[in-house]
Order: sequence, then structure tokens, then C-alpha cells
Amino acid sequence: METIIFYILSLVILVFSVLTVTTKKILRAAVYLLFVLGATAGIYFMFNYNFLAAVQLTVYAGGIVVLIIFSILLTHQINTDLDKINIKKIALGIISSGLGIFLVLSTLNNHHFEASNKQATDSTIHGIGRALLSYSDNGYILPFEVISVLLLATMIGAIIIAKKVEE
Amino acid sequence: MEFSYTIYIALIPFAVFVINGLFGSKIKESFTGYLGVAGMVVATYLSYFTAYHYFFKVGKAVDGAYQKVIGFNMEWLRFTESLHIDIGVLLDPISVMMLVVITTISLMVHIYSLGYMKGDKGYSRFFAFLSLFTFSMLGLVVATNIFQMYMFWELVGLSSYLLIAHYYQKPSAVAASKKAFIVTRFADLGFLIGILILSYLTGTFDFNILCNPEGPAFMQSSSAVFLGLSTMGWALILIFMGGAGKSAMFPFHIWLPDAMEGPTPVSALIHAATMVVAGVFLIARLFPIFAIVAPNALEVVAVIGGFSSIFAAVIACTQTDIKRILAFSTMSQIGYMMLALGVSGYGAEAGLGFMASMFHLFTHAMFKALLFLGAGAIIHAIHTNNLSEMGNLRKYMPITHITFLIACLAISGIPPFAGFFSKDEILVAAYNHNQIYFWVEWIVAGLTAFYMFRLYFGIFWGKEKKYEHTPHEAPFSMTFPLIFLAIASAIVGFIPFSNFVTSDGLPFDIQMHWEIALPSIGIAIFGIIVAFVFYKKESDLPNRAVASFGSFYKYALNKFYFDELYLFVAKKVIFKRFSSPIAWFDRHIIDATMDGVATITNYIALKIKGLQSGQLQQYASVFVSGVLLLIVIFIYLISV
Amino acid sequence: MIEGISIHHILTVTTIMFFIGAYGFLTRKNLITMLMSIELVLNAVNINFVAFNKYLYPENMQGHFFSMFIIGIAAAEAAVAIAIIINIYRNIHSIDVEDIEQMKY
Repeated sequence: METIIFYILSLVILVFSVLTVTTKKILRAAVYLLFVLGATAGIYFMFNYNFLAAVQLTVYAGGIVVLIIFSILLTHQINTDLDKINIKKIALGIISSGLGIFLVLSTLNNHHFEASNKQATDSTIHGIGRALLSYSDNGYILPFEVISVLLLATMIGAIIIAKKVEE
Repeated sequence: MEFSYTIYIALIPFAVFVINGLFGSKIKESFTGYLGVAGMVVATYLSYFTAYHYFFKVGKAVDGAYQKVIGFNMEWLRFTESLHIDIGVLLDPISVMMLVVITTISLMVHIYSLGYMKGDKGYSRFFAFLSLFTFSMLGLVVATNIFQMYMFWELVGLSSYLLIAHYYQKPSAVAASKKAFIVTRFADLGFLIGILILSYLTGTFDFNILCNPEGPAFMQSSSAVFLGLSTMGWALILIFMGGAGKSAMFPFHIWLPDAMEGPTPVSALIHAATMVVAGVFLIARLFPIFAIVAPNALEVVAVIGGFSSIFAAVIACTQTDIKRILAFSTMSQIGYMMLALGVSGYGAEAGLGFMASMFHLFTHAMFKALLFLGAGAIIHAIHTNNLSEMGNLRKYMPITHITFLIACLAISGIPPFAGFFSKDEILVAAYNHNQIYFWVEWIVAGLTAFYMFRLYFGIFWGKEKKYEHTPHEAPFSMTFPLIFLAIASAIVGFIPFSNFVTSDGLPFDIQMHWEIALPSIGIAIFGIIVAFVFYKKESDLPNRAVASFGSFYKYALNKFYFDELYLFVAKKVIFKRFSSPIAWFDRHIIDATMDGVATITNYIALKIKGLQSGQLQQYASVFVSGVLLLIVIFIYLISV
Repeated sequence: MIEGISIHHILTVTTIMFFIGAYGFLTRKNLITMLMSIELVLNAVNINFVAFNKYLYPENMQGHFFSMFIIGIAAAEAAVAIAIIINIYRNIHSIDVEDIEQMKY
């Protein structure tokens, strides 16, 4: 059962990824991206990382995609078809991506990963919260604080950059 | 210090220069002239006071010789313990005498210029430069060391250049100023090399040490010999080269006639009375070294001086521009002074030539300045320099006429005017040294009388010419200096000069040598009579005389083609044979190499400019390709 | 750990997803679609982190937290990027990447 669900999710991810980067309508691309992100959240659920999946859905699917759609609206791109891309560029992209896929996959297949049998740690929201705010060896209080400062700076920076310049 | 006030003699004109130069356009124009005159009055008073103080009060040492007094001294650049450059005031008989000459003539020229330059566009500029010149010349004569002298030497050259080019809208004035500057600069090259050799040999710049007969300069007499002369001799000849350039001695004389393009007061001050005798002063200043260490060099001075004097006198007989006649006359008279120095020995009686040279310098300054200022008054009245456009001016300009006559008599050596006494001493000195010099100078004396009275009769007698407007006597500001200098020219000859200025400082008495004075008076009167016959009335005698001289006259009229010769040498030989191949090499080999480097760089830059396209995706694809390449290299090629 | 799925399966999917994103980044002209391609790449990497964590080091949570922080930073990055895009649009009335070449000098 899980195998089938995984295959379905993988299929969704790959198909909609391709559609995202090839579709002519920009709004559709955003929607396809939303599906990809949703499917990714599904994979997180399958790993039993529920909190991470929830974050993925709220921040990525809920936040970033909405932000992207807003920017599409603000830049009046909603009805315009994207320009035709010249064939040379596509060829270059396909060749380098294909080569990359080939190289990475062949490397991966030659490599054996030692799967661990150790007991998984607690991945409940309770445990995550503790780990985030703990300053012991397995605590993440420092990156947590740093990222909060980063988000604040980003907020200010985004406002400064995007605000209308007074003539 | 007792004489420390002497520094102000030089500094007052400098202050006037700064005020007039910086604020000349702001303040009232006439004020700049009066300021210049006032400054000069103070400086003149101070220098007269210095002369009185020095000669009659404190100058004499116990043994009766005039000593050298350092009035003021300041160390400026120190190289070694003994070799350092100072700025100071050195007082000895010749520098005190020069102070008097310079300030007197400069004051007279300042007063004269009030009238002469009236209404001129560059009035305040003119007075500023005049003050600058006076400052530089005073700094030159009181120099305590040869390097200070060299600096002020260049400064007088500069102010001469600026003043010759006063009418800078006139191309001929600009050309003349450049010519004067370049020719004297070229000669100063020799001066500078001479200074370097001299200071290398002696380890000092200081005149007091250099001229001290027990000093290091006199230990060098047996030093290395080059082309038959000691190194010291060469150094002194090179220094004389600078002096010859400034004093317009042959072969550096070509700039002086052209320098007459400047305003006439400038010609009187710079190109007759003061700056051109700087060369004589230089030799006089270094006289002990010349006389004792390198008599050969002194012989060169005598030959150059004698040749210049007769050379210039011959040319002066043929010229028609009154200022140029006076310019060649100046050159001739300076030749006299040089010759007198050249034939002199060191010591009291043997140093007669030295004393005669300084005496002639003194009297010549008076009467030659007077001649130039008189010529200026004439030019002011009838607006031409050309002798053939003048005639019978005596009834229009009585004061100018009388003063000019006095000056002519003085320069011709007619007693009791000043020129007689000094010229007589020179002739005596020449006679004692070598008779050839004497006879040359004797002929020059006759030529001098001839060309001066040719000038005199041509201007004031002869047929009256048509003038644009009736000539009038000059204003009082111009006639006053004429009268003053005429009186000076008449009486300064009676100063017992040998009591004050001698080669070693010891005064001595001179006798009148009538056996030499009488022939010189005779030939002078002969010259005057010839001029009288030729030019008093219109006649064809001059033309017949010219015809009898034939091509010699033509050569003299064209100044023996020296300008053309120099131009030929400079253009055809130096420029064409040396400079242009060097220029070609520079342009086609050296420049081309550098240009080639630049061109190649440029070419490569153009080729690789495309990489920096600004296209984000191009950068990204290069990046991705690079990463893939690294993967291939590191995983599949190296770590197999 | 997903039953019946080895880590190779997951890595294959994410690799393909990664290079699809890279392809999009290289070919798309529109800045917003390029941004979307970047999101794809980030997602592929995120999944990789989680998969490594789950399959190889289940006793630790580093991969999990790394993914979380990446999500946070991605949000920040997207916000700034979109601010820049809007600013560019306001200045040159285009969000075509080929028009943005002023900074090459």
C-alpha cells in the first residue's frame, strides 16, 4: 500500500515539475508548483514527520505560492503567454540536465547506502519543540534565534526594496 | 648685527613686487607706480647709507684693506658639514658699489617709467616686474655664495624675459623674449656645470672661503689636467660661459639686440646698466681664483671681451635702429670691462684692470642708462626707432639734447666726463698687459666716438623730417632722471675709485697716464670729426664710405650673419641630423612598442568581453556545466 | 522508513526533480518562473535531507531540522526576491531576465 502511494506521489512530483517549467501560462505554473509542494508534503507524511509536513504545507504551499501569485498579479503577467524560448537554449538545458541526471543516478546506483536499524527518535511536536528551544548538545536554539533575526531583516529589507521611491 | 638692515634693501622691492603683482588689478593703477617709486626711494636711501657706513666708517680692517662683511646669513640647505647653501648678504667693495648702481638706476628708471608708461595697458604689471627685477639683481650682487648667486641669476633672467615680452601681443617681442631666455639659459648650463665642478673640487659654495687665498680653491691648482687646462680652469671657463651669456659676449651676443623689443626703460635698466653687467660682476666676484689659480681662463676672458668690443663696435656703426645701436654699444663697452678684468692681475697696483673694470661698470651704468632714457624720450616724442626718420630735433627737445650730448661725450671718453677716466684706466691696464689689446681697444674707442656722434648728429642735427605731430619735450617725470643722470655722468669720474674698489681690498692711488690718455682722446676727437663731417649736414659722404667698404659693410649691417648661422646650426644640423632621427626612434620604436602592448590588451579585452554579457542564464549554464565537468573529473577520471 | 521503498528510489525521484528545476532555471525567461524553478530545486534538496535522516541516521533529527530551517530561509528568500522583481518591474517595465543586464559593467 505504501509503495503504491509513494509511486503515485513520485509521479505527481515529476509530472507537475515538468509542467511547472514548461507551461506557457504563468499562473498555471504556479498552480502546478503548488501540486508539487503538496506531494512533497505527502512524502514527509509518509516518513512520519508530521510537523515538517505541516510546515511544508503552511509555509510553502500556503505562503510562498501565494506570494508568487501576488507578484504575478502585481507585474501584470496574468494573461500574457510566456515568450517562446529559442531552441538552442532548450537544447542546452536538456543536454546539461540530462547529463546531470545521468551522472548523479549512475553514481548513486554504484553506491551502497548502509541502512540503519536504530530506533527512531521522538518526532512528535512535543519533542521537536523541546529540541528547538534546548541549548544542550542536540538543541537548536542558536539557529532558531538566528533565523528569527533573518526573517525580521528580510521583512524590513523586502519593504525597503519594494516600496515606492519618492520622486 | 651691524649691517643687518641691508637685507631690507632687497626685501623692499620684493614686497612691492608682491603687492603690485597680487593686487595690481585691484588697486588704483597710478598707485602701483608711486608705490614702486616709494619702495625704490627707501631702498636707494638704505644703499647709500650702507655705502657711507661701509666705506667711511667700518669697512676698513686694521691693515687698511676693505674686508668682507656678512650682513645677514641664514642656512638654507645643508649637504655636508662644509657644503651648504645659505641665503645672506655679503658686503664688500664691489657689492656695495653694485648696490648703489642698481638702486640709483632703478630709482631713475622707476621715476622715468611713471611718464613713459603712462596709459599703457600693462602699467601695474610693468611696475611689478620692474620691482621683481630689482629684487633679483640686488639679491644677486649681495649673494654670499655661488649658489645663491645662481638662483638670483636665473631670477634676473626670468624678469628680463617677462619685461622684454611686455608687449606680448607683438610676435616680435615674444620671439625676442624667448630668444633672450633660451640663449642665456643655454649659457647658464655651462655656469651650473662650472658651479658643480667648483664645489666638487673645493667642497664649498661660500665666496668667503672660495676667494680666500689660503682656502681650498688654491690648493687645487695642481689637480687633473684636461685638454691642456686644469680642471679648475675648465670650471672657471664654464662659469665664464654663464657670465658671457648674461653679458651678451660673443658668441652669445645674439639675444641683446633683439631684447630691445621691450619698453625702453627696461632696456635702460636691464639691458644696459645692470643685468648685462652681471657677467662682469661674476668674474669680479671670483676674481682671486681666476687671477691666481687659472690665469689661462682669465686670458680667455680677455680675448672674448676684446673681440666682442670691436665686433660690436663695427656692427654699431652700420645699424639704423637707435636702440640697436645702443645695444651694440653696450655689448662693446661690456667687452671693455671683460677685457680689463682679463688683463688684470691680483694685488693693488697689478689689480689696476680690476679696479678699471669696476670703475667703467659704474660710469657706464650712468651714461648708458642716460642714453637709453634719452632715446626713450625721443621715441616717446616721435614714435619711431629709425634713425633715418629723425633729424633736427634739438630745437624741440632741448633738455634731451643737452643730456644726450653729455652722455655721448662721456661714452666717447672726452675729459672731464666720466667715461674718460674709467676708459683711460682700462687702456692703461691693457697697455701694461699686452700691446695688442691696447691697440684693439684704441680703435674701438675711435669707433665708439664715431657711432655715438653719428647717432647724435643724426637725431638732433641734419635735415628736419616730417613728423606726425610736432615733437615736444618729455614731461618732468622723464626729464628729471635725464638731468640727474647727466650730472652723474659728468662728475662721477672724479671719484677716486681706486681708494674704494680694488682687487684685494687695499686702496691705492692712481696717476694720470697722459701718454696713453692723449692718443685715446685724439682718436675719439677724430671719430667725432668724421661723424660731424658725415652727418652734420646731408651729404653723400657716408654713401661713398659705404661703397668703399663694399661687402664688409653688408656683413656688418647684417651683424655678420650670426643669427642666420645659429639658425642654420640649430635647424639644419641639430634638428635635422640629430633630433629628428631621435624623434623618429621615439615615435616608431619606443612608442610603437608601448602602443603594441596596449593594442594587444585591447584586442584580447574585446574578444573576452562577450563572457561578461550580463545574462544571468548564461552565467548559470556555465556554472552548471562547470559543476558537471568537476563531477566527471573527480569521480570518474581521478578516483578510479 | 517507508515499507518497500529503498533510499535509491527516493534519491532518484529527487535527482530528477532537481534537474528539472535546473532546466527551468536555465531556460525560462520570466523571473517569476525562474524563482519557481529555484523552489523546485530547494524542495528536491529538502526531501534528500529528510530521506538521509530517516534511512541512515534515524536516531538523530539533524536532517529534519535542516529541512525546517531551509523552509524558513526559502520563505525569506522568496520575499526578498519578489521585492526585487517588483522593483525591477517598476523601473524597466519588464521582468524578462534578458533585459536585466545593466550590472555587467
